[in-house]
Amino acid sequence: MKSYDIVVIGGGPAGMAAALAAHKNQVKNILIIERDLELGGILNQCIHNGFGLHHFKKELTGPEYSNLVTLELQKTNIEIMTDSMVLKLDHDNDNKTVYAINGKLGLMKIKAKAIILAMGCRERTRGAIRIHGARPAGVYTAGTAQRLINIDGYMPGKKVVILGSGDIGLIMARRMTLEGAKVEAVLEIMPYSNGLTRNIVQCLNDFSIPLMLSHTVTKIHGKERVEGVSITKVDMNLCPIKTTEQFIPCDTVLLSVGLIPENEISRACGIMIDRKTAGPIVGELRQTSKEGIFSCGNVLHVHDLVDFVSEEGYLAGFGAAQYIHNNLNPDFTHTTIPGDGINTVVPQKINAKNITDNIKLFMRVKKVYTNCAINAYIGDKLIAHKKENKFLPAEMVSLTIKKEDLFNNTNAEILIKIEQI
Amino acid sequence: MKTLINMTCICCPLGCDLEIDKSGTEFIVTGNKCLRGKKYAIEEITLPKRIVTSTVKITGGRHPVIPVKTSAAIPKEKIFTIMDILANVEITAPINVGDVVVKNIADTGVDIVATGA
Amino acid sequence: MYDITIIGAGVVGCAIARELARYNLKICLIEKNEDVGAEVTKANSGIVHGGYAEKPGSVKAKFSSKGNSMYKQLNAELNFGFAQTGSFVIGFDEKDALKINELFVYGQKNGVPNLQIVDGDFVRDKEPNLNKDINVALYCPTAGITSPYEFAIALAENAIQNGVELKLNSKVTTIQKSHDHFIITTNHGYSTLTTKIVINSAGLYTDEIAKMVGLDEFTIKPRQGQYLLFDKDQGDLINSVIFQVPTAISKGILVTKTYHGNLLIGPDATPAPEKDYLDTSSKNISEIIEAAKKSFPNFDLQKVISAFAGNRAAATTEDFIIEESKVSGFINVAGIESPGLTAAPAIATYVSEIVATIKQIKLSPKTNFNPYRKAYHAIASMQQQALNNLIKQDAKYGCVVCRCETVSEGEICDALHRNIPINSLDAIKRRTRAGMGRCQGGFCTPKIMEIIHNELQIPKEEITKKGGKSLFAFGRTK
Repeated sequence: MKSYDIVVIGGGPAGMAAALAAHKNQVKNILIIERDLELGGILNQCIHNGFGLHHFKKELTGPEYSNLVTLELQKTNIEIMTDSMVLKLDHDNDNKTVYAINGKLGLMKIKAKAIILAMGCRERTRGAIRIHGARPAGVYTAGTAQRLINIDGYMPGKKVVILGSGDIGLIMARRMTLEGAKVEAVLEIMPYSNGLTRNIVQCLNDFSIPLMLSHTVTKIHGKERVEGVSITKVDMNLCPIKTTEQFIPCDTVLLSVGLIPENEISRACGIMIDRKTAGPIVGELRQTSKEGIFSCGNVLHVHDLVDFVSEEGYLAGFGAAQYIHNNLNPDFTHTTIPGDGINTVVPQKINAKNITDNIKLFMRVKKVYTNCAINAYIGDKLIAHKKENKFLPAEMVSLTIKKEDLFNNTNAEILIKIEQI
Repeated sequence: MKTLINMTCICCPLGCDLEIDKSGTEFIVTGNKCLRGKKYAIEEITLPKRIVTSTVKITGGRHPVIPVKTSAAIPKEKIFTIMDILANVEITAPINVGDVVVKNIADTGVDIVATGA
Repeated sequence: MYDITIIGAGVVGCAIARELARYNLKICLIEKNEDVGAEVTKANSGIVHGGYAEKPGSVKAKFSSKGNSMYKQLNAELNFGFAQTGSFVIGFDEKDALKINELFVYGQKNGVPNLQIVDGDFVRDKEPNLNKDINVALYCPTAGITSPYEFAIALAENAIQNGVELKLNSKVTTIQKSHDHFIITTNHGYSTLTTKIVINSAGLYTDEIAKMVGLDEFTIKPRQGQYLLFDKDQGDLINSVIFQVPTAISKGILVTKTYHGNLLIGPDATPAPEKDYLDTSSKNISEIIEAAKKSFPNFDLQKVISAFAGNRAAATTEDFIIEESKVSGFINVAGIESPGLTAAPAIATYVSEIVATIKQIKLSPKTNFNPYRKAYHAIASMQQQALNNLIKQDAKYGCVVCRCETVSEGEICDALHRNIPINSLDAIKRRTRAGMGRCQGGFCTPKIMEIIHNELQIPKEEITKKGGKSLFAFGRTK
């Protein structure tokens, strides 16, 4: 049975960053297990621009970002096992086992002192949001269509309706158009778009693609291949207004309706999951509820910018290294509580002893807030705040708390909430 | 009478709301938080430019296509011309990130470079 | 000239084909779709009924409990998946108790073994997550669950192994009676086939097939049923099949764990405007959800994977029609709605008895009939030793393609190379489960397309979801 100090599950940007950080912190034997043929994860199919502005101070495409990180990896002795799937984890305190499988070595049991979960996420499906009607070919989630086009070189369709105006939906509207398809409309159930304004300009306005806010797809038509969709306007409660129903002929429906962290392995191992983020409950160095197992990237909580994914990967890698060197204080001194207007906060727990200068909390707000501040309190004391013109659910926000503000308080709860300025 | 144009800057995720006064001989840009925004606003009115990212066919590679991009922004009106040219490009492995795949595409002075290997 | 031509390769047609394959006969099984069991059978709820719900003396009653008793043996031979989980018909009040008693009496008369009327505590002991207000139930230990399309596929593979010829993508267009045989044309216009006997097991279209030889005694009025399918963690909360008290037109909304462990609720029963109308609707599904809550109050709607529909091939006579018709040599096997799946093995033996009475046919048993069909190597359920041996023989079994259901490339290749010539994603899905999980093919679809392309040399722009024009891709990118 092979044995490593750290096994990283997932060789996308989160896993690669975690492995690099662990290596930089004197961990000797590190293995990355990746299910695809190459490293890079979802970046390989994100051929558009906009990555790396923070992390590399350059504007890069997904593959270029992945390439730079892979080059760093190649300078180390970190082992990489591609085309391999992790099936299960066993956690028995000191003994952690990763069960992985590939065609060359069969089913393997790999021992690890620490494990870093970086499996990314999957897309929410038509079935999960219950769009009714027929079940023809031509209904794709945006990521699957993106893979078909950008990796396999095939067009998923010619006349498209896209549901979901988050960045993935917008990017795909442009990609399909560039490849000669006609995107009839991008529908968005909310009264505002979730995507970056620059994407609305570059992906929709540039090509005169209509953005229909407060609309959704209520039925898919077509026996063998999609023939069209019924769409309706929705009311304040997001319920379809039947009298507004109209039919748009098309042969393809792309769904960009949400990402779900892929934690089936984590759940099966008994790791505690936060119901709101759908990812593990973690501490300041991304340690999960199972000792020696860490988590980072989209599997922990869905990110918008890969730069933050890399930052989080470094945290988890550092945390795993500290654990291996017996420098990680277990238990927790503080808990973060999402208050008014705050949907999710990561990390959910903090051990102040493991922090050197300060700690960054990452959160998402529940709806659009203008002229507000995000405030963090311990008891009555305000310990950190952030003011912006606008807070959007689609943009993860970070809030920095100084270490001394944690130690100065014995109260264990940090309440984070939105307040009007 | 003032001729005012509103637009959102797309240079970075801040997305400043810009206002351009076209009435005089020189364009006056307000609302930008940095100089890139000013440059973008003027360009967007006079000659809008975009970076184009796409894929081209490759033989002998791991996958049938590799990702490419324009090495700089090109005039927006040439986007589909460039896409048509790329449709007929076929390259052979090995290719490295940054290799020029097509020089001076559509007479823009800009190259098409590989972004994947 | 064929001795027997079976029109329609649903589970009943496949069962008949496999049964008749025991004899020295030239048999043709014709199917209009691109796979067997691809229409009514694949949307079946998969319940192997106890046999108490059918009126004693009816044709349905004759075959249901008998069919149930044949499943264990068939599964041992054909490896399609059958679990005898038991079933409950739950009741809340006096009215329900009366109906349950009636079913108990039916069951006794129909020969259902070990039926019991039990109280609420008994139910909750076996099913802790059901409605606390249940106070009476009919418990049938011999009921079970199966995978209906895998059953049809296994029957067909075994039939072909034993000499039956399967013609897929062949829709019968005309049937002419000529003295002592029939001439059949299909939509492959240039080819006709001749046969001594026709067995009409064409499901929704049995009435149209019968009309081709001038028979007009029944009509098929399709009755749609919609379902909602949930992830396996919801299936873990139920152990058996849970029925509510049946109505005149349906066995009622059921709540069950499927053979593969998902939670399934439905079906409802509404007349379908057309035989191939399979749309789901939010109104129907909402009603199913409300009805299911009566049995199982706390399933998690966030865990829905999919909604789908099927149409029951209900005959206007409201019972099975299994007999040689007025046209000699033309046997109808029609109106097979519930409990058709359960009854299928018993129907098949009965049909072979009908065939035996027909003068032109001699039923002489084959000496080399092989009842066994090889199972698929489902790596998801294999032990390490056996799995590693398999991977040493074929590395493709180590390459996981469908992450949600843990399905390997080896299984997908097996599906593509067996004796039923399929090539669509849905056909692969039904054989291997690839694409049936929570991501609904989001991850594996491009990979499966690559495998189909490599194994069968089909260009990717010709690969379909379910045959015909259900293409995935429209050509290459620029």
